[in-house]
Amino acid sequence: MESAVFHHALKIREDLCIGCSHCMNVCPTEAIRVKNGKSYLIENRCVDCGECFRVCPVSAIIIDHDDFNYIFDYKYRVALVPSVFTGQFPEDISLRQIHSVLLELGFTHVYEVENGVEILAEAINSFAGKSTDKKPLISSFCPAIVRLIQVKFPALADHIMLLKPPLDISALHIRHEFEKQGIPEEETGIFYVTPCAAKIAAIKDPVGEKDSPITGVINMDILFSKVYRQVKQRNLQSCALPVGSKLTKKATCWSLTNGEAPYVKGRSLAIDEIHNVIEFLERLENEEVSDIDFLELRACDESCAGGVLTIANRFLTAERLRNHTDEYHPEKDFNHPDAIKPIAENSDFLLGNIGIGEIKPRSMMKLDENMAEAMRKMEKVNRIMQLLPMVDCGVCGAPSCQSLAQDIAQGNATINYCIFIQKILEQKGELSLEESIKIMQDIWGFGKTNKYRDLKGI
Amino acid sequence: MHFEFHVEGGNFSKAGSASSQLKKILKQLNVDPRVIKRVVVALYEAEVNIVAHAYQGIIYIDIDTEKIEIRLIDEGPGIEDIELAMQQGYSTASPEVREMGFGAGMGLPNIKNNSDRMSITSQVGKGTTVEIITFLNN
Repeated sequence: MESAVFHHALKIREDLCIGCSHCMNVCPTEAIRVKNGKSYLIENRCVDCGECFRVCPVSAIIIDHDDFNYIFDYKYRVALVPSVFTGQFPEDISLRQIHSVLLELGFTHVYEVENGVEILAEAINSFAGKSTDKKPLISSFCPAIVRLIQVKFPALADHIMLLKPPLDISALHIRHEFEKQGIPEEETGIFYVTPCAAKIAAIKDPVGEKDSPITGVINMDILFSKVYRQVKQRNLQSCALPVGSKLTKKATCWSLTNGEAPYVKGRSLAIDEIHNVIEFLERLENEEVSDIDFLELRACDESCAGGVLTIANRFLTAERLRNHTDEYHPEKDFNHPDAIKPIAENSDFLLGNIGIGEIKPRSMMKLDENMAEAMRKMEKVNRIMQLLPMVDCGVCGAPSCQSLAQDIAQGNATINYCIFIQKILEQKGELSLEESIKIMQDIWGFGKTNKYRDLKGI
Repeated sequence: MHFEFHVEGGNFSKAGSASSQLKKILKQLNVDPRVIKRVVVALYEAEVNIVAHAYQGIIYIDIDTEKIEIRLIDEGPGIEDIELAMQQGYSTASPEVREMGFGAGMGLPNIKNNSDRMSITSQVGKGTTVEIITFLNN
């Protein structure tokens, strides 16, 4: 049994939130409301896409991560670094420099996430071949998309490809490799450098799996600053970095838009940015699109290059990764004895463990578990909708008239939250001015309703 | 619960709006996603039929805890031979309609496959009525 609500990496800090409602207005799943002058999250609707994080003007939305010093709890400390991390740096800073600094900061190993791509690419087509009744197959790469489908498109949940993303494959490889070397499991800490909140949520509360092989998460913006500072101050060229296998261009660009789609047999489509994805999934759910074999769907514009925790411009990041020269020669490439062994050495083990369990729908759309009760609530929603002004002004603390009507039907709001209805009630003498101001204060807090009152001389 | 949707003949940009709205309603009512899929596919096909062949039509939907009943009543040319129209691959759609990816002759058989009961009555020169019933507790 899965837990009733998702674990969220996104948190709203009440002490910082000014209740400006920017986040409420951009949330693609209408998961945010304003009450008492603060935004709050309806947890089972949030998919950790991070759109709210992007627009918050006071940085009150934070992304939970592990303290950097947590890495020192482990004897073997692996930095699991995605290629978009390299893409954050200017071209003149080399991959070798970046990785050297990571070792200086305290990691014992650096491993690139996209090493797992070659294993996954091998598995995708055979998985697609076996599940011909589920067309199109939807990539499991982006955890925000997996959650979006679970809550908003439950009928499509069984289209998600039940294969581990490259991140988990690489982490599993490291664990397996260390185990072979006789390193106790509890001495190995694998830390992922994340470009987004959804990946954190997926690691802390995996979908379709019991535990994640990843120990902790370090936010990309924080690590970028640490590394860049070191590079700038010391002008470090390279330290004794044991060089491991290099990534192919295909692997390097896997996390960019159109990174996966070209490698899947048949007709495949790559769509990025969550609203674009929602628009397409609506059509797909209605069976208005057919004959597509594979969908690569990513929540961020320019995929992981546009992750909410990235610093560099997403187009420049993508450019840097695409300029990556295809210089990988497995037979010629030197693999230092201290470096993590090439992933191909464990390919049988990894392919044998690449599957994940069923991804269950967890619809947020339902008004009630019981259909008769849901129908009563829907009738109530429809009646309320007739009374609301349909301007979606958000003054009630909900993002649209429709969402206010649903909140009322669920018993979480009252119709006099609507400013238009308040005016009419006042005119009819059914609501006093004081009561009406009290309602506004309950939604927006005391400060916002009193600014004008304190002003003198107008 | 009762819902009504108006369908405009010839306007493919709006084809599918009734099925899309029905889908939203059924999701809110916590109907099994597999049932939703069947109902929505059947309605979408029937809705596109009105857009492709008729002048206009109205869709009446009644939902209770046991079943979903959909009636699509259109004003249009009607169907001369219903039995023939029910055959897979048979279509009278114009080349323009086919160019848009519709009119493959799968519509009516697809509706039948995605519903528990289906009936068609038609009067040539007047219009067609399609009834689709889907039970919820199968």
